[in-house]
Amino acid sequence: MSDASPPDGRGLASQLRARELGAAPAVLNLVETRTPLAREQTRQLLAALSPAELGAEAPGHIVGVTGPPGVGKSSLLSRLVAAWRSDGRSVAVLAVDPSSRRSGGSLLGDRARIDRDPGDGAVFIRSTAAGERLGGLAPATRAAASALACAFDVVVIETVGVGQSETEVADVADTVAVVVQPGSGDVLQFLKSGIMEIPDVLVVTKADLGPLAVRAQSDLHAALRSLGAKTSVVTVSSLPPGTGIEALITALDEHRTALDLPARRLRSRRAHALADFIAEHGERGLRALGGRREAQRWLAEQAPGTDVGSLERALEARAQ
Amino acid sequence: MSKSPRLTERDRPWMMRTYAGHSDAERSNQLYRRNLEKGQTGLSIAFDLPTQTGYDPDHELARGEVGKVGVSIADRGDMRTLLHDIPLDQMNTSMTINATAAWLLALYIVAAEDEGVAQKQLQGTTQNDILKEYLSRGTYAFPPGPSMRLIADTIVYTVQHVPNWNPINICSYHLQEAGATPVQEIAYSMSNAIAVLDAVRDRITAADEAHSDELMSSVFGRISFFVNAGVRFVEEHAKLRAMSVLWDELGRERYGVENEKHRLFRYGVQVNSLGLTEAQPDNNVYRIALEALAVTLGRDVRARAIQLPAWNEALGLPRPWDQQWSLRLQQVLAYETDLLEYPDIFAGSHVMEALVAELTEGARAEMARVAELGGAVQAVDYMKSGLVESHRERWRRIESGELTVVGMNRFDSTEPSPLTADADGGILVVDPKIESERREAVKRWRSERDQSAVDEALVELERVARHDTDNIMPATIAAARAGVTTGEWSQALRSVFGEYRAPTGVGEAAAVSSEEVSEIRDEVERLSEALGRRLKFLVGKPGLDGHSNGAEQIAVRARDAGMDVVYEGIRLTPAQIASSAAQEGVHVIGLSILSGSHAELIPSVLSELAEAGVENIPVVVGGIIPEADAAALRDAGVAAVYTPRDWDLNQMMRDIIALVSERNGVDVSAPA
Repeated sequence: MSDASPPDGRGLASQLRARELGAAPAVLNLVETRTPLAREQTRQLLAALSPAELGAEAPGHIVGVTGPPGVGKSSLLSRLVAAWRSDGRSVAVLAVDPSSRRSGGSLLGDRARIDRDPGDGAVFIRSTAAGERLGGLAPATRAAASALACAFDVVVIETVGVGQSETEVADVADTVAVVVQPGSGDVLQFLKSGIMEIPDVLVVTKADLGPLAVRAQSDLHAALRSLGAKTSVVTVSSLPPGTGIEALITALDEHRTALDLPARRLRSRRAHALADFIAEHGERGLRALGGRREAQRWLAEQAPGTDVGSLERALEARAQ
Repeated sequence: MSKSPRLTERDRPWMMRTYAGHSDAERSNQLYRRNLEKGQTGLSIAFDLPTQTGYDPDHELARGEVGKVGVSIADRGDMRTLLHDIPLDQMNTSMTINATAAWLLALYIVAAEDEGVAQKQLQGTTQNDILKEYLSRGTYAFPPGPSMRLIADTIVYTVQHVPNWNPINICSYHLQEAGATPVQEIAYSMSNAIAVLDAVRDRITAADEAHSDELMSSVFGRISFFVNAGVRFVEEHAKLRAMSVLWDELGRERYGVENEKHRLFRYGVQVNSLGLTEAQPDNNVYRIALEALAVTLGRDVRARAIQLPAWNEALGLPRPWDQQWSLRLQQVLAYETDLLEYPDIFAGSHVMEALVAELTEGARAEMARVAELGGAVQAVDYMKSGLVESHRERWRRIESGELTVVGMNRFDSTEPSPLTADADGGILVVDPKIESERREAVKRWRSERDQSAVDEALVELERVARHDTDNIMPATIAAARAGVTTGEWSQALRSVFGEYRAPTGVGEAAAVSSEEVSEIRDEVERLSEALGRRLKFLVGKPGLDGHSNGAEQIAVRARDAGMDVVYEGIRLTPAQIASSAAQEGVHVIGLSILSGSHAELIPSVLSELAEAGVENIPVVVGGIIPEADAAALRDAGVAAVYTPRDWDLNQMMRDIIALVSERNGVDVSAPA
């Protein structure tokens, strides 16, 4: 199959609605392709998977996992994927890697290698280059996450960084987990100063470091309490046999259960439409809409059931 | 009358070895006995990759690798056959074994015991240096913490019970193979030695405070090095002198070693393979000879043991005749020349002194940087990126012609060589039957042993592994006696310690920019535009081969050329590669194999790709691949085969672009 003739978006949508997990690679190939033909098919795909068509929000749990390089996200994800699989849940991981400004190229998978059984069709892992900005989400990642949430029980979006990346991930994910390691004081500072948004779940890795990890957990607890946040803080170790993974899964599930999902997904679709519009039309397009805040205000007035493609077309019409 | 410049008595030659072993224990034993007859004075055992990484011959990851780059040893029966009729109380045996060093040492001890030779009589070396496995060679099994413990345990055990054993060879050798400059080679290996010695000191002081100083001095005295020597042999010799200065200093200052003999810098050597070329391979004989001078010329830092590579290593596995040629080189140097008749011929040389000072100073600065990062274990990422970066720079200099490689990037016209004209192409081919024989043999071994003794030994091994202050050796020796296999020993430890993946170092490699790369980048942009998304390239290393330098350089260059590169590091199964290719939606796949197992693994990747429904993704292959095999691979559907002769990375990038364009029916020639 050549990328020149993209697959039919509606066809892929019905595969996903039938929970055919094998459709995932083709879905990703489609949403990453930026030709006009492919973009039209992506719109069709998303329209066919909109809450209006589904009669409900896509059932999958979209989880953002973000944190600075070297905190052990890959090991953590290896453990999480294994634990979800032993609960019988299917998992898709969208790993977003930074790309080289100079060449446009990127090295993917280097840090995101997640242990998996290649024969297990219920685990899908795809890495994508971040696009122009460090920690920024590739436009395709948003589309992929919302589409895959129709078929997979869990969709993870993994990004690198602290301070900005979790803001973008929060636009897409139902639940955002920020991963830190013991002794990383900058996270405390970022939280207190508001540089970093308050995450839904905070994960402290390397619990095997003992007292250091306990200390980090209590510091973060104290900081979050003083900010009035209800964030749960979970300490994990990815060294075998692994500890804290069940507690983390419980924390993620509890957050999702307590969440007003339609409201969060609505916000996500609006952010998605705007991000896609900006990716296509740039700052000039944004100015034609009267700036970012004005565009957001206008989006908030649109009917809640509108799908991403229609929202984006409406933005384009407005910018004319 | 002036004083004679000669020694009163001619020096004894160094120990002469050949790195050898292939197929099974019986065939390797025959090879060793022939080599000893030819005047070789010690053994150097090459193990196959499954043995080195702790898998039995019937494990999935062992496929295609059994008996390939060395001998397959799964149990004490194999070890007994391997050493049959070799007098172990007199032999000095070097084993290139790292992650599973404690295990192979135990098998050696038990095999000797069976022959009535006590462990205290044994002489030899286990390589046992895990940090350089993370940095370069890739046959690690366990994470850094437990690996350092295994090393410390073998050191403490041998110093007390096998006193003539060198429990570890700190390897600077593989750092140079991975691209290290002389300064990096010195600094990283010294930092590595510090990490090992600190780990041992911690264990010794925790266990026995009374004699810890004395024991530490003996430990220091048992640490030897395994170094490299490149063709710039004057500087290489200076490097060894610099290492001996730093080693002496380290013993005195950091570890308080008062016994001068314990502070001697002792090393064995295998000279450089990185600089051996596939083009005009006969020239390699000269390179090897000159490199041998680097480690023998100056008496004060002369090698204790030497093994030389064969002239045709870049073509495939050397045959016994090729190895004999290298042994004869050593014998000519030691017995025909007057080399061994003089004291140190560089004593008093201003040039040599200044060179040594320059290298020592550079190495001290780099050692300080590693120390600042918390020592060698913590600095693996830093050192790995440094090596990838130096290697990239070396490659750039070869491509630009700044660095001359005779017969390769200069003086490359040649007459046909009679040496490679033979039917077998001038290399050893391991009988593919060996793998199935070995699979059957280990199954037979498991069915015939006392299973309850094995189970008991494994339970005890796991208990000791979990109990950090216990020494792993006694339980390991007991397991060897009970009939445990290599794979079982490793699996027991993996279940306690976990698995590990070393950093690839590619993420941090500096980007290259040249006119040519920038032209290629334009082509990638045009192709990506035409495809609708960025050209995506999977670089994969199937099997157990850990030689990742080539794959890393290709991954970095492809990124610099603007491609999205998926590189997941070493040791992937064909099924994992196929699954990644399908899930990642790549446009092209590049596979690298240097262990000679391409004939098994590549077809296996192709069939897994078909299984995953993505057989239309084109596959290119790079490695040490003889032409006959290359033709077979192309027939099987491989789009292109690259060998060390194809050293122009930019050309490879252009080929890949052309391949993807053609397969996707798009035209990316530059606009007129």
